[in-house]
Amino acid sequence: MVQGTVHKYPDNVDTDVIIPARYLNTANHAELAAHCMEDIDPDFRKKMHAGDIMVAGWNFGCGSSREHAPIAIKESGIACVIAKTYARIFYRNAINIGLPIFECEAASDGISDGDEVCVDFDTGLITNITTGKTYQAQPLPPFIQNIVNKGGLLNSLK
Amino acid sequence: MGMTMTQKILAAHAGLDKVEPGQLIMAKLDMVLGNDITSPVAINEFEKAGFSSVFDRTKISLVMDHFAPNKDIKAAQQTKQSRNFANKYDILNFYDVGNMGIEHALLPEKGLVTAGDCVIGADSHTCTYGALGAFSTGVGSTDMAAGMATGQCWFKVPSAIRFQLTGSLQGCASGKDVILHIIGQIGVDGALYKSMEFGGPGLASLSMDDRLCMANMAIEAGAKNGIFEVDDVTRAYLNGREQHPGVTYAPDPDAEYEKVIEIDLSSIRPTVAFPHLPENTKTIDEAAALNVAIDQVVIGSCTNGRLSDMAAAAAILKGRKVAKNIRAIVIPATQQVYKDCIRLGYIDTFIDAGCVVSTPTCGPCLGGYMGILAEEERCVATTNRNFVGRMGHPTSEVYLASPAVAAASALAGKIANPEEVM
Repeated sequence: MVQGTVHKYPDNVDTDVIIPARYLNTANHAELAAHCMEDIDPDFRKKMHAGDIMVAGWNFGCGSSREHAPIAIKESGIACVIAKTYARIFYRNAINIGLPIFECEAASDGISDGDEVCVDFDTGLITNITTGKTYQAQPLPPFIQNIVNKGGLLNSLK
Repeated sequence: MGMTMTQKILAAHAGLDKVEPGQLIMAKLDMVLGNDITSPVAINEFEKAGFSSVFDRTKISLVMDHFAPNKDIKAAQQTKQSRNFANKYDILNFYDVGNMGIEHALLPEKGLVTAGDCVIGADSHTCTYGALGAFSTGVGSTDMAAGMATGQCWFKVPSAIRFQLTGSLQGCASGKDVILHIIGQIGVDGALYKSMEFGGPGLASLSMDDRLCMANMAIEAGAKNGIFEVDDVTRAYLNGREQHPGVTYAPDPDAEYEKVIEIDLSSIRPTVAFPHLPENTKTIDEAAALNVAIDQVVIGSCTNGRLSDMAAAAAILKGRKVAKNIRAIVIPATQQVYKDCIRLGYIDTFIDAGCVVSTPTCGPCLGGYMGILAEEERCVATTNRNFVGRMGHPTSEVYLASPAVAAASALAGKIANPEEVM
């Protein structure tokens, strides 16, 4: 269960704006986080607090396969991402590195930038505390839950 | 109900007679790929998890192509880490400066991937090898690490959209124009989580370079993979090249598709994708009428850096001059393509026209180096993405097009129709 302030983004947020390739000459998590979202939201780092929630539209994380993208978001302190859909490589990568993500069209439509939102990871229940509305996200399939519960893909293979 | 090509390949690699869309499977891998950006992250995860061996040193390819030859100290550290890992585990297919090329041009050229293979790569354009009739898809670095350690990867079996090709390309139209047209039609998430399967009577008219270009950009429609039926063109390409024998899979006659889209190749016009999404397409007739002034042209990349791409550009640039104040950058995708360009006189043509010719690198495509754009500059590129800031400053713009359109635009100093040059 997490609760935080929402940072809202549009459809088709691509991995080049999540972490521009000019910063991919390092795999250092903190350095990647320092440039997270800077090409579409230069103030992201200044305004966000650990535990905040990212909400977006369709096809979040499209483009490159760079795992640096979910790493930059997670390392920034974002507690979870809610979008209508995800690009498939980003979806895999988020699960593999342990960034909680949920697909929920109604929540994406009903939540505004700056809203206070609570997400129950076990049930997929999303509560907009600012408006009082609730939304039900698809819980993760058991196969994926196993990866997440074991702390990522590599730990699940051991 | 029958299976699509992709479903058949996945079933075979999972040791199953049949799979269905949505089914989660564990599949054996024929190749695991990484580059100088994604491999370091994978190596860190591999080591952190305590693995001490790779599943098969002959089935891993590490290609130093994105920021290599090293663009700065940090990039040098990343190739060094990859090089050390390759040496430690005696990785057979480690490609470094001197023999490297852009990964998705290099692996097919070297015959490291072939028909019927199941391939993952920590690079989104790994879907390129579907042109050979392989299942091939991009993954992240953690999947790459797990693949290197175990030789396996989990997949959710995709449904498919069938693209039934008829007719043949006319004039300056190429595979790039077909795939841009398709992305314009279905959108950047039009094939999300799905296979794009290409076949039909028009297939035989498409060269292997056209097919590699089209499969390459399947990811730009959100697809899990793009895949082409195997025919005489495929067999001619693989013959004498493939390093292990390929297996031909054909879709069942009663395979189930979410949608069948007919594409008449004869009707495809040269096509340009405007900023900032590959789906923002216009025909060259619409685009040229807008008089979009440009600052730079890039001809190369894993999408369009092959010999026929160089030939298309050379045919337009021969005996002509790049417009004043235009930087034209040509990047043959592999050393072999580079040598063929020298042999065929293309390099002379490019340099005489006022272009610069670079050693193979992904460099400018992803805004790494070798052609970064300043504030509000515009570039016509034969690359695959035109996102905000993709090639440099967040206010710069990338227009995606074929080598013919890019070359014609370099001559005109604005987006131009190659048919009016030829």
